[in-house]
Amino acid sequence: MTVTTRPPTGSAPGPAPSRPSISDRLGARLSALPTVAALLIFVGMIIYGEAAYGRIVQFNTLSNLLVNNAHLIILAVALTFVILTGGIDLSVGAIIAFSSVAGVMLANAGWHPVAAVLVMVLIGSALGLVSGVLIQYFGVQPFIATLATMFLARGLASMLSTVPERLADDSAIRELATQIKIVDGDKVNDLVITPGVIASIVIVAIAFIVLHRTRFGRTVYAIGGSEQSATLMGLPVTVTKLGIYVISGTLAGVAAVVYTSRLGSAQNITGIGWELDAIAAVVIGGTLLTGGTGFVLGSVVGALVLGLMNVLITRDGGIRPEMTTIITGGILLVFVILQRLVAARRRQEQT
Amino acid sequence: MTDMASRIAGKRGAIVRNQAFWGVVAIVVLLAINLIADPGYLSIGYSDGRLSGNLIDILRAAAPILMIAVGMCLVVATGGIDLSVGSIMVVAGAVTMELLSSMNTPDSLGNAALTIALALGIATALGAVNGILVSVVGLQPFISTLVMMLAGRGIAKVITGGQNTTADNEQVEWLANGYILGLPVVFLLSVVIVVLVLMLVRRSALGLMLEAIGMDSRASRLAGVKRRNLQLTVYSVSGLLAGIAGVFATASVMTVDVSRTGYQLELDAILAVVIGGTSLAGGKFSIGGAVIGGLLIATLDKTVVFLGIPASATPAFKAIVIVALCLLQSERVRSLFRQRRALRAQSQKEAVPA
Repeated sequence: MTVTTRPPTGSAPGPAPSRPSISDRLGARLSALPTVAALLIFVGMIIYGEAAYGRIVQFNTLSNLLVNNAHLIILAVALTFVILTGGIDLSVGAIIAFSSVAGVMLANAGWHPVAAVLVMVLIGSALGLVSGVLIQYFGVQPFIATLATMFLARGLASMLSTVPERLADDSAIRELATQIKIVDGDKVNDLVITPGVIASIVIVAIAFIVLHRTRFGRTVYAIGGSEQSATLMGLPVTVTKLGIYVISGTLAGVAAVVYTSRLGSAQNITGIGWELDAIAAVVIGGTLLTGGTGFVLGSVVGALVLGLMNVLITRDGGIRPEMTTIITGGILLVFVILQRLVAARRRQEQT
Repeated sequence: MTDMASRIAGKRGAIVRNQAFWGVVAIVVLLAINLIADPGYLSIGYSDGRLSGNLIDILRAAAPILMIAVGMCLVVATGGIDLSVGSIMVVAGAVTMELLSSMNTPDSLGNAALTIALALGIATALGAVNGILVSVVGLQPFISTLVMMLAGRGIAKVITGGQNTTADNEQVEWLANGYILGLPVVFLLSVVIVVLVLMLVRRSALGLMLEAIGMDSRASRLAGVKRRNLQLTVYSVSGLLAGIAGVFATASVMTVDVSRTGYQLELDAILAVVIGGTSLAGGKFSIGGAVIGGLLIATLDKTVVFLGIPASATPAFKAIVIVALCLLQSERVRSLFRQRRALRAQSQKEAVPA
């Protein structure tokens, strides 16, 4: 049962010859199959959507896909870190609720917008730290520890306010959702992005570099492969695991800023179930829930698949919106079964 | 004499180490807080053949949690987890309400029995799907039941067409709101379920086999435990019990709220199991502990509302309870206490000769 799981890039043992091309790497690594499949499904959905409903492959739709799912992409990145170590973080949705309600209330109380945004992000970091300390220093299972953080954040949000808190119309935080025209198309067909989208792209890029090019990233993969081995190898397991949950919480705080600025209001029930969407995105993107194998870019594709699915369901009109969660569940199931087959195949190859 | 003292101390240590003990302590503390807020809190009235009072309310509120926590306990014993119980509850509730509302003889006993049988059948089938995904396909329990959790609420919405269906049936309503011997029917039923399951798993080798799977599924297979069948069974049972809880949860108001019925109750059930001292890693379980956990959650829910705190803030108090219990269990905190005790013993010893 020794399934060796290595980081997908850059750390192959032994003399590493010149960097293999991307197609070589993907071809050689079965573990990339689910990610490739997710990418294919995403492209397939776009082609199908264009053929069946039209107006999918156009600037307007694609920018909306990014703008509306920027927060989900950020959450998926957060969960990728956690799940790569074999952990789980159930608290991100609740952190968004608490952080946005607190942020909007502070901004409305006359705080400087920069300070309010900073507090929103730091609330995430603090709650992430709580989870991390519970897990790492008190040996609480990640599921239970982040469940506690989730309850805590949701309860605190409800104590602050149980009604929607609106940002003032002239609030500077709203400017984070200003649409910036990149390409001016005809009529409403513009390619637009928002600072929120830029933030999510930057976060994805940083996460990619951190996971695939730094010592920290290699430690994350090593812990997911086998925490015991990682400890025996003298890797800084404690600090890394603590860091993972702080990163996850912080990114949830950033997602709260992005989402709140777009919506312009916050409520204690914001973000219910988003942790599950994010987990689904990560799993669809090819990251194993047991840890050790996965790609942050896969999670982005996963998040976009979920987002595009919603677009298609809305466009179709024939599919009842009630079916959305059933279809999400179905897609998720297909992908985990695919992962299962890949894992079985790999085990076969090794023996 | 010293022998006896040490034995008592040893026993005390065992009790204190038992996490369910801390659950009882927490219940007592909560009740004491309520008692301070209102000296008449614990009084129980009797009229019309039914007991009434805050304690009875707590028992009634605890019943659905107890039912799903028992199922969860068995699942966790095998090293699994069932995130779908809340969704299965709403499916069972949706089936019940949709069927009853489409029948034109609302108060017939036959209709009630047929409806409940169908709802429980569907709930068991959904649980069995979880079981097949886990045992035959070999998916992780977390992800299999997550799929069912997402899909289940969708299924319930499809069944009712996205509506919050309301229905009338006296028999079904009596099940949820009626009384036998002064006690709520729903609580008595949950006690019956607990006792039945307890007998089944502890009077036979079944419990041991479940724990064997949770400890080391390969070793248990080598020892001749039929892992697949047992896993299929526990997930089905968990689905069935969730179905029962769902029928009761909807029957008490005779309405199914497709987005709120059973919502996040899986977390309450997991919490009850963990409070009871069952490790999520599997391999051991305590149904008695889960019962105490369920009662604690119900007490906490009622206390928060009783003290006039908005019910939506309850999660924060649950978080405090989880963290406190986890810390009491934690090896690091315990060793801290041990050190202090050792220090105190040492200083006493030094004080005596001087």
